[in-house]
Amino acid sequence: MKFLHLLWANLQRKRLRTWLTLASIVVAFLLFGILQTMRAALTGGADLAGVDRLVTIHKVSLIQSLPQSYLNRVRGVEGVRVAMSHDWFGGVYQEDRNQVVAMTADPNLFFEVYPEYPLPEEQRAAWRADRTGAIVGKIIAERFGWKLGDTIPLRSNIYTKADGGNVWDLKIVGIFDATNGDNNSVYFQYDYLNESRAFGRDQIGWIVMRINDTNRSAEIARTVDALFANSSTETKTSTEKAFVQGFANQMGNIGAIVTAVASAVFFTMLLVIANTMGQSVRERTNELAVMKTLGFSSFQVTAMVLAEALLITLLGAVIGLAIAALAATGLAKAMQQFFPTLGMPSDTYVIGALVAVGLGTLAGALPCAQAWQLKIVDALRKA
Amino acid sequence: MAEESLVRIRGLAKDYKRGAETVHVLHALDLDIPKGDFLALMGPSGSGKSTLLNLIGGLDRPTSGTLEIAGQRTDTLSDAQLGRWRANHVGFVFQMYNLLPVLSAQRNVELPLLLTKLSAAERRKRAGAALSLVGLAERAGHKPRELSGGQEQRVGIARAIVSDPTILLCDEPTGDLDRKSGDEILDLLQALNQQQGKTIIMVTHDPHAAARAKRTLHLEKGQLIREAA
Repeated sequence: MKFLHLLWANLQRKRLRTWLTLASIVVAFLLFGILQTMRAALTGGADLAGVDRLVTIHKVSLIQSLPQSYLNRVRGVEGVRVAMSHDWFGGVYQEDRNQVVAMTADPNLFFEVYPEYPLPEEQRAAWRADRTGAIVGKIIAERFGWKLGDTIPLRSNIYTKADGGNVWDLKIVGIFDATNGDNNSVYFQYDYLNESRAFGRDQIGWIVMRINDTNRSAEIARTVDALFANSSTETKTSTEKAFVQGFANQMGNIGAIVTAVASAVFFTMLLVIANTMGQSVRERTNELAVMKTLGFSSFQVTAMVLAEALLITLLGAVIGLAIAALAATGLAKAMQQFFPTLGMPSDTYVIGALVAVGLGTLAGALPCAQAWQLKIVDALRKA
Repeated sequence: MAEESLVRIRGLAKDYKRGAETVHVLHALDLDIPKGDFLALMGPSGSGKSTLLNLIGGLDRPTSGTLEIAGQRTDTLSDAQLGRWRANHVGFVFQMYNLLPVLSAQRNVELPLLLTKLSAAERRKRAGAALSLVGLAERAGHKPRELSGGQEQRVGIARAIVSDPTILLCDEPTGDLDRKSGDEILDLLQALNQQQGKTIIMVTHDPHAAARAKRTLHLEKGQLIREAA
């Protein structure tokens, strides 16, 4: 601690240079924080996925549909506790900018497949009883001012009705507050969509099943896919987590992209800090020699140089990540309807701290070696 | 005489390698410096006087010979031991002052005390006392660039004496100063020698400065050639 004023004074030697270096580090860590936030937002659903759920989709892609008859065959697989289908509706409410995540479901099975969606029994019963009934998340309900009993017109950007229209009227019979954060979705009865759509009748989007033993998920997935092997519609079954991850990866491997961008930024930072520290040490070779003359050991002088590199890097990391956390909070509020789990992951701070220490140490390595090897007599003679 | 010496040098030699050539800077030097002495080392450039000062101060190592200061053989100490020894026994005054420009005069003087276990308050007190001794108490908060050359050198002397060293080594302490400021520095060194009993070894080109010492040694081509009182 008694050397702290010396560290601080040295960083203030060339204030403009220090500030510019600090600003670069702040920007690098701000970018890192934002990238981590985006990665978590795009892949966060995977972490919330049920461990005992499997998803069966068309082998070619998620957008290819499956015959409805597959559902009963899946239900017959040993180890499958309950199975239900979904269909992507592609909903729009009033205006194109009001995109709504709307899917069909089976109200008799929904809560058994998804126990994380709590809903009072009378609302569950109302959903089962009303063919046009829908349950909605509390965030989307608040966003559009929907209340129980309201009838909302939801336009599909996929399906049309047999009469040429593309709007389905849905009566809100339940508002849920899901513990997995999915409070932006609308679920309504499959039969209501299936009976009135002009095409795709008796087709389903994908099947979600809950299994009895998570240790058997791979075996059950193989059994399900084997049922439809060599048919015109082969399937691909995976855990819900892998399914969500695969959905996110349609945009590319988010983790790899984030890692690549962050690595490039931090490598650049390494060069910037190493150059700053190298310059700083070269400029005060004489001062370091004087300190050694006064009795400071090579270890103490070297530690001081390293501490300077670490101080500026850690300071930049703290400021950068603090700004990133504020930005993530702001983004979370603004984009809650699109990314319900948006927020800077807590491991960002740990990774950031490790990166900052690594950067500071690497950047300080060469100047430290120079400080360590400095010969007093030679350095004073050059001064 | 020898057993009363603070500095006892026997057969001291220093060679440097310059490419394939070996340069013999000091040749088998014998020297005794008693406690409380104020010795001026004179000689032409390249005569070895700064090298001798560096060897006495433990900044460099002899090629051969022995160096004993206050009863301690310093030529056999490791680098780390030499560092600690310097911190406890030697105060350095440089021609170019060599203050840290980012620190105030007070902080510069405190610098050697950072190596001690003294509290921050005690360090401040001792640095303040050293600055008072050199007549710069009122300039304690000033950075070196805000001081004149003479004042900077006085801060340098305060830094050299703050840890109460056994010996004070001065390398051309007035070499960068005008006559008036130089005289003030020499007055100060003389006072430290006469009133505080500090043992001082001063390298100088200036006979006027050497005249303030108790005795003068002349070096030429690495050998002591005569001693003047």
